[in-house]
Amino acid sequence: MEPALIPPAKALIATIPFIFFSILIPVAGSICFIYIIYRRFIPLLKAAPDPRFDHIPLRLFHVIKIGLGQYRQPRYRLAGILHIMIFAGFVILSLRSISLVIIGFSPGFVFQGLGEGFNHIYHILKDYAATMVLIACIIAGVRRGIFRPKRYAVPEKYGHDHTTEALFVLALIAILMIAESLFGASLAAAQAQKEMYVEFTAPLSLAWFFKLMLINVRIPTLQGIHTASYLVHDLTFFFFLCFLPMGKHFHVITSLPNTFFMRLKKGNIKPVRYGVEEEDLDNLESFGVTRFEDFTWKNMLDFYTCADCGRCSDQCPANAVSRPLSPRFISIKARDYAFRHYPLFGSITNGESLIGDIYTEDEIWSCTTCGACEEECPLGIEYIDKIVDLRRSMVDSGNVPQSLQKPLRALEKRGNPWGKTENKRAAWIKDKEFARSCPVKVLGKKETAEVLYFVDSMTSFDERMQSIGRAVSKILTVAGIDFGILGKAEKDSGNEIRRFGEEMLFQELKQQNTDAIIGLDVKNIITSDPHAFNALKNDYNNLPPIEHISRTIIKNIRQGRLKLKNIEDNTRIYTYHDPCYLGRHNGIYDAPRDALDAIPGIKRVEMSKCRDRSFCCGGGGLMLFYEAEEEQRMGVLRVEMAKEAGANVIVTACPFCMAHIEDAIKVAGLENEMEVIDLSELIERHLII
Amino acid sequence: MEILVCIKMVPDTAENEIEPNSDGTDIERDDLVYSVNEWDNYAVEEAIQIRDNIGGSVTVVTAGDENSEEILRREMAMGADKGILLSDEAFLNSDGKGIATILRAEIEKGKYDLILTGAQADDGAAQVGGMLAAMLDIPYASLVSSIEIIDDTRIKVGREIEGGNREMNEIDLPCVLSIQTGINEPRYVGIRGIRKVASLDIPVHNASELNISPDTVGEAGSMVKKIDYFVPEPGEGAEILEGSNEEIIEKLVDLLKSNGGIK
Repeated sequence: MEPALIPPAKALIATIPFIFFSILIPVAGSICFIYIIYRRFIPLLKAAPDPRFDHIPLRLFHVIKIGLGQYRQPRYRLAGILHIMIFAGFVILSLRSISLVIIGFSPGFVFQGLGEGFNHIYHILKDYAATMVLIACIIAGVRRGIFRPKRYAVPEKYGHDHTTEALFVLALIAILMIAESLFGASLAAAQAQKEMYVEFTAPLSLAWFFKLMLINVRIPTLQGIHTASYLVHDLTFFFFLCFLPMGKHFHVITSLPNTFFMRLKKGNIKPVRYGVEEEDLDNLESFGVTRFEDFTWKNMLDFYTCADCGRCSDQCPANAVSRPLSPRFISIKARDYAFRHYPLFGSITNGESLIGDIYTEDEIWSCTTCGACEEECPLGIEYIDKIVDLRRSMVDSGNVPQSLQKPLRALEKRGNPWGKTENKRAAWIKDKEFARSCPVKVLGKKETAEVLYFVDSMTSFDERMQSIGRAVSKILTVAGIDFGILGKAEKDSGNEIRRFGEEMLFQELKQQNTDAIIGLDVKNIITSDPHAFNALKNDYNNLPPIEHISRTIIKNIRQGRLKLKNIEDNTRIYTYHDPCYLGRHNGIYDAPRDALDAIPGIKRVEMSKCRDRSFCCGGGGLMLFYEAEEEQRMGVLRVEMAKEAGANVIVTACPFCMAHIEDAIKVAGLENEMEVIDLSELIERHLII
Repeated sequence: MEILVCIKMVPDTAENEIEPNSDGTDIERDDLVYSVNEWDNYAVEEAIQIRDNIGGSVTVVTAGDENSEEILRREMAMGADKGILLSDEAFLNSDGKGIATILRAEIEKGKYDLILTGAQADDGAAQVGGMLAAMLDIPYASLVSSIEIIDDTRIKVGREIEGGNREMNEIDLPCVLSIQTGINEPRYVGIRGIRKVASLDIPVHNASELNISPDTVGEAGSMVKKIDYFVPEPGEGAEILEGSNEEIIEKLVDLLKSNGGIK
């Protein structure tokens, strides 16, 4: 039987058989696409190694959860839902688009082997998918073009606005949807006019509406629409395919591989160079990332994958206080660098140092390594390792801000950033009243214990923070835990030293601490400093198990060894601030909250930014010494968030958070309305002894 | 340009608590850490920058015991091409003139266009640079805060003068300059940098190799003798605030308020 309309494969344009175009377009488009991908691949082949082909099941799980499952998308509600609509539509329509291309030279093509039933259901599904995608595109277009959410704005120093590119791509997608629907609808309308079997169009779908509109249109016009919509679909499809790798829509291709290769472990830092043992580091020619090619191939894949959604920068505390850092542009600038230096045509130009070219020193030092950007990225892009690698290169060439040189030298000579003498490290246990009520053992040749309390520099030397050390000691004593400290044998854990790029100094401190701890023969380590916790847990090897005091507290409360009395002041409202290195980097969110809630009568509220969206207080370790260009202190914003939540006591579990927040309360002039206390201090005050 | 920088190892004032010893002859040295004198670090950085701009070499030299090798290496890790240690029993306890005598002997063995010293040392009297220039009979500028090379024979130096003003001088080469902090931003030296130069040879020159008569240096040649070290008693109008940091701050604020310093 004659079809209602001549299929594209048999149509003529003027005198040229249409099949000529429907073969030429896919062939030319595919060749173009393969060539572009080949060119885009070149820098990855020159990049530093990164073994990421391990733990395949876990990696596939990430692809399913974060890639296909779009797990992180709804964290931004509207944008997330729109993206899921478009993404789901694309997945459904991919089959339809491919079969459309094939129909162009093989009329009547249907995918075999999927069964008649599947084909029927699919037909309905794809009509609705196209409709859903078109609706999402229109909403997204209005949102991007008219409402223009702030996080998409491009500050002047980072170049031109990206709205045109976004709208252009939305338009391409819309054209694909309309062309696909018109193609089917024109045929269905013709079939209806000729009273033949009418191809089904799903009610209320785009194709269904088009069919209604076309039902009385003359056959020759319908034939024109049918062939033209096919041509438009074919052209748009292959143009879009080749346009993807030109900008942020590269993520359509790279995001699934990127989620497959995303980081598996949290809290750690990549080695200086994969495959080079720590003891061979001295032999390396250079450290970290100086030139673009010093990045790993996964770093480069990240750059290609960035969808420019701006969520990282929206969560970045450095960006929030107008430091010269916006993680989004760490990616975008590097991507544009790659596009410039590895062009599609012409010769590759090997770049000079990235610092001074696309990044500034202050930009790279501004990061507190809080991890908010990585937690948020819907595509699993990493930032901390890149920042650390850029710092490693700067440190290696002596390019370190003066404000950090003194503490670094002091750490080298004295094992603490203030250059205090080692003998004073345990001075906090000698406070007369405290020493009488709670003697603390200094472990070594004479004294032994089951548990080591790793105090770290901040709690050991800072006068205010020493009270945290004393509170922890009392809690451990009351819980009946046999513990002691390292005293002068303890060195700074080096968490920030590593993250500020001074790898060799970190290795040295790590070695000294490891030797000292192994020599003690303790069963467990407890610390109250999340930075020390993170370093010992994720950066050190072969140590006894380490636990943060918040877990020790809640465990002992549950086992009945710690008993707490009613809250001292029941008019106060408490809120818990998640330290980055306890929460985001190590996933400990509940233990400190449970410990707080164990105080009978406590009133606790949550800040809007809490748990994995906690807002960094200003950074620990060496960040205390760095003099950043900023309009505002991160801590001040955090204190304002606590106020907004209706709290008047901020409880934290990190001496650095304590220092920043304490300062911020004064800066914000909220001394009479807000106070900050460490979890251990609060628990200690409520112990029933 | 051949540049020599004279450096000195000093107890690091930022990282030590300095106290006189019980008999008042010296400071308590048991628990001290040493590093390169801060001003000297700026001098070395300046020398490296000049060399990187116009070529030549940078040599660092110090008079001291074998421990001073550490600071020579640190400055070599920064970028100095060569280090020389001047060491002899006879050099011990030299005064400023003695140190200048030792340095002059080394300088006269070589051929240097520019000799830099720190403006002063943490534990010194800011006298070696001037004495050295006088002994060598070459021009000298102190407290230099900028250097501009004009040609092989002349340079322009900026000096800080009272009231935040600056003066510019032209000075003939060879000359001695004492360098003020703030002239540049010295680069950082990490452990890796120091390890990279760990195996480089540092020649040690003693008194006889330098043709120095032992009675012109060390204790014997000293014209200045240290007779006492002590912490001065608080005098009239001086008050030392005691207590925790918080308490001290509170007292200080009260004092400032009550005396009209702040309102």
